[in-house]
Amino acid sequence: MLVHSRKGKWAVWSLFLVLFLPLFALPLLVILAASFSSHWSGAFPSGFTTGHYTAATRGESLQALTTSLVTALAASLLALAAGTWAALAAASLKKGGKRAVDALFLLPVAVPSVVVGLAVLVAFSKPPMILNGTRWIVVLAHAVLVTAFAHQSVSAAIQRLDPAYEQAAASLGARPSYVLWKVKLPLLLPSLNAAAGLCFALSMGELSATMMLYPPDWTPLPVRIYAATDRGSTFTGAALAVVLMAATLLVLLAVSRVRTRASYR
Amino acid sequence: MPALVWVLPPVVLLGVFFLYPLFLVVRQSVQPDTGGTSLQPYADVFASEAFREALGTTVWLALGATIGCLVLGFALALVIAFVPFPGGKAVAKFIDVFLSFPSFLITLALLFIYGTKGMANGVWTDATGAADGPFQFLTTPWGVLLAEITYFTPFVMRPLLAAFSQIDTAQLEVAASLGAGPGRIVRRVILPEALPALAAGGSLVLVMCLNEFGIVLFTGAKGVTTLPMLVYSEAMLESDYPAACVVAVVNIAISVGLYGLYRVVSRRAGA
Repeated sequence: MLVHSRKGKWAVWSLFLVLFLPLFALPLLVILAASFSSHWSGAFPSGFTTGHYTAATRGESLQALTTSLVTALAASLLALAAGTWAALAAASLKKGGKRAVDALFLLPVAVPSVVVGLAVLVAFSKPPMILNGTRWIVVLAHAVLVTAFAHQSVSAAIQRLDPAYEQAAASLGARPSYVLWKVKLPLLLPSLNAAAGLCFALSMGELSATMMLYPPDWTPLPVRIYAATDRGSTFTGAALAVVLMAATLLVLLAVSRVRTRASYR
Repeated sequence: MPALVWVLPPVVLLGVFFLYPLFLVVRQSVQPDTGGTSLQPYADVFASEAFREALGTTVWLALGATIGCLVLGFALALVIAFVPFPGGKAVAKFIDVFLSFPSFLITLALLFIYGTKGMANGVWTDATGAADGPFQFLTTPWGVLLAEITYFTPFVMRPLLAAFSQIDTAQLEVAASLGAGPGRIVRRVILPEALPALAAGGSLVLVMCLNEFGIVLFTGAKGVTTLPMLVYSEAMLESDYPAACVVAVVNIAISVGLYGLYRVVSRRAGA
């Protein structure tokens, strides 16, 4: 299309591979390779071992994984509820009001997550609401951070929604709550699913705000990866990172299966 | 009126858990530990060498990474879209997966590739017999720059691929049949069409680079301090909350300003 000669095409493709492989594929492969080896002091890792995984799936590391999963699940559900509610309510406002609500809910994306962590720490370390030192502060900060993404994708989906469906239902005498529950939400289900997956993945990998907030008994996986790397156990860190990536991908895969099944309805 | 009532609960929640805490940060930034209200914390922070250095590092790293991401992302997306090859779909899918991983994994990986005992240095020392390899840039700002370009390039590629799929390939064929070379087609036909997507992707990446924390933290270099890193170290390591809040306010001002710009640009672009 752009390049017609056979030689030119191969030149372009090899340039693509030379850029793409070392930059994007190599990092993930290297983490995978390191997680299975006991030392790396030459061109290639050596000493095949699964020991890092045995360590990564028991004790405190296993606890960190469940902590991350529970936090991500709770934060995504909270964010999805608040973001969807806001998007649905804003859609029935006039243009100015809708724009104001949209801007308000987008703000957490623009504010640095470290600052969100600091703000939550400052606000909830004193009465009336003392959450500092509890796990709720971590869940809360994650929920705040991902709400913006939930709101953004649901509100984009609402915009694409054909108003004829709800108008038809309403003209047949359905109450607004019935229209919402039986018409709008089912139509939005695929995008709600996608938003849930996005929120979950973001929360699983969240490090910046978490570093400011986590109590000792609620250490999410990214913090544990940092702790391992910081004290020089990079191979354990790599194994933990693979566990994190695998868990995220598995949940995303499950969510996308739900989505395909939901879209048949 | 009822519509306005329905919108209240989520807005109140956001107010209590996000806007009010932000307000407290701003308030704390004008309340030094000695009590009272004054702009002294601002004067102190602005006067400190560490802050100015962090501000400079943050801005040039973000600008450099953004330019790098735009150039690289444009080139790679161009190949995927217009010089299609078997497996191109898989590459696009891989990029989506890449986006769902946290940023600090890249720095972790770079430790194995370019670290003092890593792969690249290992190849060098094996080949030459030297004691140390030539790759020692990981704990310098260049290491952060490489990690940021790697991690954020997909964020540019996604909107670009979407924009490229809108371009009618007949236009390219016509231009080619009239004698335009590939370089000219890219400049005169593809680039103008891709400009809105480039602007939107670029400003998003700029904001995310300004706010990036994980990559810098994992680099673990004392020599590389950015604004988010400074917020963290002032608050967590020095327990100097007024100073941390001042840096936070500056960081918010820069990022939110730029993000507003991004929204305007991307609305114009129709993205």
